[in-house]
Order: sequence, then structure tokens, then C-alpha cells
Amino acid sequence: MAEGNGRRTIRTDFLARVEGEGAMRVVIRDRQVADVELRIYEPPRFFEAFLRGRSYLEAPDITARICGICPVAYQMSACSAMEDACGVTVDGPIRDLRRLLYCGEWIESHALHVFLLHAPDFLGYDGAPAMARDHPKVVEDGLALKKAGNEVMRVVGGREIHPIHVRVGGFYRAPSRRELGALVEPLERAREIALETVRLTASLPMPELEFDYELMALTSPGEYPIDRGRIASSSGLEFGVDEFQRHVVEEHVERSNALHATLDGRVYLTGPIARFNLSFDELSPLAREAAAEVELAPPSTNPFHSIVIRSLETLYACDEALRLIADYEEPDRPFVDVPPRAGVGFGATEAPRGTLWHRYELDDDGTILDAKIVPPTSQNQKAIEGDLYRFVERHVDLPDDELGLRCEQAIRNHDPCISCATHFLQLEVDRA
Amino acid sequence: MAQRLRGRVPSGVEVRELEGEPVSLVEAWDGASEVFVVDAVRSGSPPGMLHRIDASTGPLPATLSAASTHTLGVGEAIELARALGRLPERLVLYGIEAESIAAGAQLTPSVADAVDDAVERLLEELA
Repeated sequence: MAEGNGRRTIRTDFLARVEGEGAMRVVIRDRQVADVELRIYEPPRFFEAFLRGRSYLEAPDITARICGICPVAYQMSACSAMEDACGVTVDGPIRDLRRLLYCGEWIESHALHVFLLHAPDFLGYDGAPAMARDHPKVVEDGLALKKAGNEVMRVVGGREIHPIHVRVGGFYRAPSRRELGALVEPLERAREIALETVRLTASLPMPELEFDYELMALTSPGEYPIDRGRIASSSGLEFGVDEFQRHVVEEHVERSNALHATLDGRVYLTGPIARFNLSFDELSPLAREAAAEVELAPPSTNPFHSIVIRSLETLYACDEALRLIADYEEPDRPFVDVPPRAGVGFGATEAPRGTLWHRYELDDDGTILDAKIVPPTSQNQKAIEGDLYRFVERHVDLPDDELGLRCEQAIRNHDPCISCATHFLQLEVDRA
Repeated sequence: MAQRLRGRVPSGVEVRELEGEPVSLVEAWDGASEVFVVDAVRSGSPPGMLHRIDASTGPLPATLSAASTHTLGVGEAIELARALGRLPERLVLYGIEAESIAAGAQLTPSVADAVDDAVERLLEELA
């Protein structure tokens, strides 16, 4: 820590012992923000190379390994891209099961993030264990909610993490109506907790901040976007998943290993805030009523509202899961045939933290010739830096340690993969 | 390790593999009186070093963070359970110092030796 010449550097190494995973650096000169840099690690690069030469049928299982929190998102984007390449559409009860499985992942991932990662920031704790000592009921509620999501994953996917029932074309095994029926009670209880969570998070002290970037998410008429849709943005763009690369450009940035994405040249954000603002009307009546109760309506332009929106989406996912279970008819066959053919396929779904886009090129026997994966965290990198820039500008006089903690809270608004790594977090404040 | 322990542990001992995020451990050990958690760790010790820590008696040393990258770590899951009164009566952490945690990396020879060692020590403890 040093001070002088009006220069001040705040650096957060998220993973001090795991090289290159993630770090945040803010440079202040003469009480003005001079630079903000977020470094993130991007595991998909390794997997893209690893996928080449493998069978199209292996992609869902291989890519599921990219993330321990959102394996379903990777599986679903991969399946969708392979089916697109082979000219097959999956609909009906199989598609409903996919959406149900995905609801399980949203519930689990959002509960983990809201209760165990983000709430401690808002309540002034350095982590979930410390918060649990003072607020055991809150943490127990979070764990119960997360468990309900796990249960959905286990029953539909065959396992709580890295579901094994998922395959290109559908599932290796579809659950019976009775098996799904066992999920109703835990999900009803989870829905109650989720509703309380909306109220709880809306009552948290909310820092002031306004973003000015574009929002981008899948949209799908008549439903809140989860497992399919066209891509839309807050400036009125709308295009198919196959046109993604004509609008989203990833650039290499000298100072970082990560690629920075722009949408038609503009900074944009994907994730819960984008989905909420673009598809609010498609939330279930219960979720919309809860939003009205806490006076949250689009346009929501404070990134710190993300914790409330994530809670609302959890409520929606419980509601939607219950609807899908009530309407479920066991399919005659748990999958449709997807014979391989040469071509290119695109798939995008809404991971809990944002749009996850896949593109594969196959040869005629289904061997993967090329793979491209664009995860939400790298898309959001510029927007997160923008938030940090504006946030530090407003709070430049906060003491370094307080400012550092607030910056972490701001980064976690977007639930980047690095946000989970709190136990490796090292903060270095340098005033050169 | 789990594969090698299966079939060799005494009756009444369940071997479970968990992946992904460690908070699930808190649910996984619900109802168990004695739990051994095995994980890769990075503490700055030489690769392959075997750490054995009884977590029942007090907080884990701060230097021993689990190498999980996508959520709270195993250490934090243990402390979370402690704060909630959901720690088993006895909880022992076997941490094997990792050498490389790059995606797709195989066990290095020193770590593979440590796994052999950990299997035998754990079986002795369970006997």
C-alpha cells in the first residue's frame, strides 16, 4: 500500500494461488478513475480445441465439464447446436423436460449466488460462514432452495451435477409422472422461500448506480427465455442465433488473455437484468406480482438490482417447474433420432448468468471439425468494467478496503464465473 | 480415490463422489456421524504432500484453501456447516497438494503416489 502523486491502484486477485483465473484492477489518479481492468479466465478455449475430432454426440457431456455450476446450460446449448446442424427440431414433452431440467439449474445456481455469494456483500460480511453465524435462518433458506433445484436436476438429469441422462435429441431416460410428482412438494416449499427471498433482497441497502450499456438476451414469444429463442436487444435488434457472429464481435485485448465482446460495436450486458428488462411480461403472474410488491419494473437500470431480479427469476423457475410437471406427459421415446450430416449448427440458451452460444461444424459422419463457444462472462466483461468505472467515480473517496469490497459487490452483480472464488480473493491497494 | 476405496471400505461406510460446487457437501453429510472429505488443495506445500486435518476441533488453517474455482471452497463449506451446527461429530479432511489443475491434466507422478498413500491411510483409519 503506498500513496503519493495522487495515484492510487486497487487490485483484487481473485485467485492468487491459481494463476490467471481472475483479477480486478482499478487505477485512480488525482481523484479521477484512470483505468479499470477486469481479468477473467476462459476455460472454453481449451474445450474448443478438445472437441475437434470428437463425435457430435459427445459434445453435451464434454462441454458440461466447463462449469460446475451450469453444466445444463452447456449441455442444452450443445444439444441445440447439434440438432440445428442435423436439421432436427426437438419439441413436445422432451423439450418440456429440458426446460424443467434447466429450471432446476436456475434455482440451484441463483440460490447459491444470492444467498451464499452476494447477500454477504450487501449485509457487510466477508463470506457466507460469517453471515450464517448471525443469520442462520437466511442461510438455511438458501440451502433449502438450492436443494430443491438439486432435486430437479437429480430426478430429470439423473445426477445433481453433470446430468447423465441428457443426450443429443433428448434424454437417455425420461422420468415417469410419478417420479416428477415427488418434486411437487419440495418445489412448492421452494416457491414460498423464493417469494420471501424477493422481499428480503428488495429490503437490502441498495447502492446507487446507473448503467448505460445495451441489454441482450434470448426472447421467445409467450415464454420467459430459458432454453431457446431469438436474440433481442434493448435497442431493438432482433436476429437468429445463427446470425450471432454478424453482430457480436470478440476482440483480443492486449492487456488481458480474455476476449472482449461487443454488440454491433457497442458494450452490452447479458444475464438476469437483460432478461428481466426484455421479457418482463413473460414472467408468471406470481413473479410479476412479487415484482410489483417490491416496486421493481422495467426499465431497471441499477445493476445492484440484480440480486432482486435473480430472486424473482428463482421464483419464476419454481413456478415454471411446477407448471411443467403438472402438464407433463411421458414421451413414447425419450429422444428423437438425430442422424448426422455435414454442416454448421448454432445453439444458444440462457445460462443463469447469461446467453451461452455454441457453434459447431460437422462432417458427414458427425465428427466435429470446429467448435466455438461464447460464454456469458466474457460477453459481460466490458459492461462489468463500465460498472466499476462509474462506481469508483462516485465513491472515489471511500477508504481503499471499503472501496475494494464494494467493487467486488459490483462485479458479483453479474455473477461471473470468477465471483465464486471468494476464498482466493486478495486485495492489493497500491498508491504509487 | 473413490473408485479405489469402493469395495475395500468396511460395511457401514458409504463412498460418495461429489463434483461441482462444494456447498452440496453440507447436504451430503447430513445424518452422518463421521465423515472423511478428500480433495485437492493448494497451500504452497510441495506437490503430492498429504494434509490430514481434523476439522471437528476447530477452523481450518487459512492457508489451506481448496482448489475449487467455481463457488465457495470446501473449506468454506465446512465453516458454513460449523456456523449452522450441521457439522458431523467428526470430520477429517484429507487434502492432497495438487501440482497442476489445468483442464484435462492427468495426475502427476508425485500426486499419484500421494493418492496411493491417502487410500492406505484412510483404510487404516476406517479399520
